Amino acid sequence: MPEPAISVEGLVKRYRGADRNAVDGISFTVGAGAFFTLLGPNGAGKTTTLNILTTILAPTSGSACVAGHDVVASQREVRRAIGIIFQTPSLDQNLTGEENIRLHAVMYGVFPYRPLYRFMPSEYRARVGDLAGLLGMKDDIFKPVRTYSGGMKRKLEIVRSLMHRPRVLFLDEPTSGLDVASRRSLWQYLREVRERSGTTLLLTTHYLEEAEDADEVCIIDRGHVVAHGSPAEVKGTAGNALKLEDAYLRILAEQE
Amino acid sequence: MNSQLGAVLMLAQRDVTKLVRDRARLVAELVFPVIFIGILGTSLQASFGRAIGYDFVAYTFTGVFAMTLFQTTAQGIISLIEDRETDFAQEIFVSPVSRYAIVTGKILGETLVASPVAVGIIAFAAILGVPLGPERIAALAVGGLIAAFFGGSFGLLILANLPNRRSAQNIFPFVMLPQYFLSGIFNPMVNLPLYLEVASRVAPMRYAVDLIRGLFYRGDPQYGLVVLQDPPTVIAIIGVAFVAFMIVGTFLFVRRERDR
Repeated sequence: MPEPAISVEGLVKRYRGADRNAVDGISFTVGAGAFFTLLGPNGAGKTTTLNILTTILAPTSGSACVAGHDVVASQREVRRAIGIIFQTPSLDQNLTGEENIRLHAVMYGVFPYRPLYRFMPSEYRARVGDLAGLLGMKDDIFKPVRTYSGGMKRKLEIVRSLMHRPRVLFLDEPTSGLDVASRRSLWQYLREVRERSGTTLLLTTHYLEEAEDADEVCIIDRGHVVAHGSPAEVKGTAGNALKLEDAYLRILAEQE
Repeated sequence: MNSQLGAVLMLAQRDVTKLVRDRARLVAELVFPVIFIGILGTSLQASFGRAIGYDFVAYTFTGVFAMTLFQTTAQGIISLIEDRETDFAQEIFVSPVSRYAIVTGKILGETLVASPVAVGIIAFAAILGVPLGPERIAALAVGGLIAAFFGGSFGLLILANLPNRRSAQNIFPFVMLPQYFLSGIFNPMVNLPLYLEVASRVAPMRYAVDLIRGLFYRGDPQYGLVVLQDPPTVIAIIGVAFVAFMIVGTFLFVRRERDR
């Protein structure tokens, strides 16, 4: 049986000074190449779980492995194997799009350090050219990020996070604040990435229609897993709901 | 090239790029040293220069030079907090780059950012007639580099455990201002009462100032009047403190990021 891309066992996180666990003993596994969606209301523990899996946050107890590496004992190996799109943009607004990509590529050891774009290896310049074309930004890639639209920044973050060819891509509400057209083109691009490279995707989102295509859906509420399975299975457990959104609302209502 | 070294250089370049795109900051950072040396140094020389037995303009220049490099890098580390607030820190801290490489890149970047200001101060001192030969400029370059790195490690220690930019900006003057007077930037450090002598010896900036004076006045008849401790001793103290500040500062910074 192939090794899962992510395995989580009895994960607990209690923030300093908090009177309850933000994540309270959750367990799940994600197969290699799968599209896995973590759903739940605000404060359910989605981002906390994601922060632990991406080594940003230390867990209180329990264990988690990503790409075969323990998130506490082998942080650097985990970081090498993952890409992340954060809930809030993490681009340096003072740098150009290309400089943000170069900073990432050098930090991940994908390309050697060179002080200027024109001194970078031809393979890097070709990749940046391709990516700029893909984003429809051509010369804009050399302009400061603060001049970009919200959709453009999000796409740039995705492109940047894929520079080191991660095995697992974490997407924390990647489309929040984007208009419909930007959301659609972003998902089109992510589908192409999956088809091309078989990257495992772990998504958290409040747009439930984005989870309809997922291989697996996991709904958490107040730190606990309350439903888990394929979208069809989750809909089945909620009285054969037509849409995932209906199933989600019914499942959460039962928890009240 | 080693990817960790590449990351250090790339992170340092990021700070330099930001400075180049923010020329107002460069001009602002030159104003205070020019005021200190030009007005304070020159007026003190006119009042006390003859009685004290050494040139007060050169004395103030060496003090302000050390202080500027120490403080600019220390204050520059504040941008680690700024990165945390703008969420750019997430991108840096989920990369496979070691925490020491991140902090070293930051300190190197801020040292490079301080360099144009250092050159400006030297040029201003030359205009005021401070004797500067190639040997003295080389001494300033070496001492300045050490002072800047030392300031960066001190800044990391102070700022790493502060929650946000506002608290850092509030705390910083309280940490820096007393050191101006305890380090002997403008004032002679002789015949101090015991409590001030103790306070002076625990002020890290004192060693940055004393190192630069020790190197600058080497072979000068005024050496014995202005230098507190010989450079090898000062370098040893700075070395131990630098390592301690880096280890503790990085530990505190990383712990604050991860153990929330």
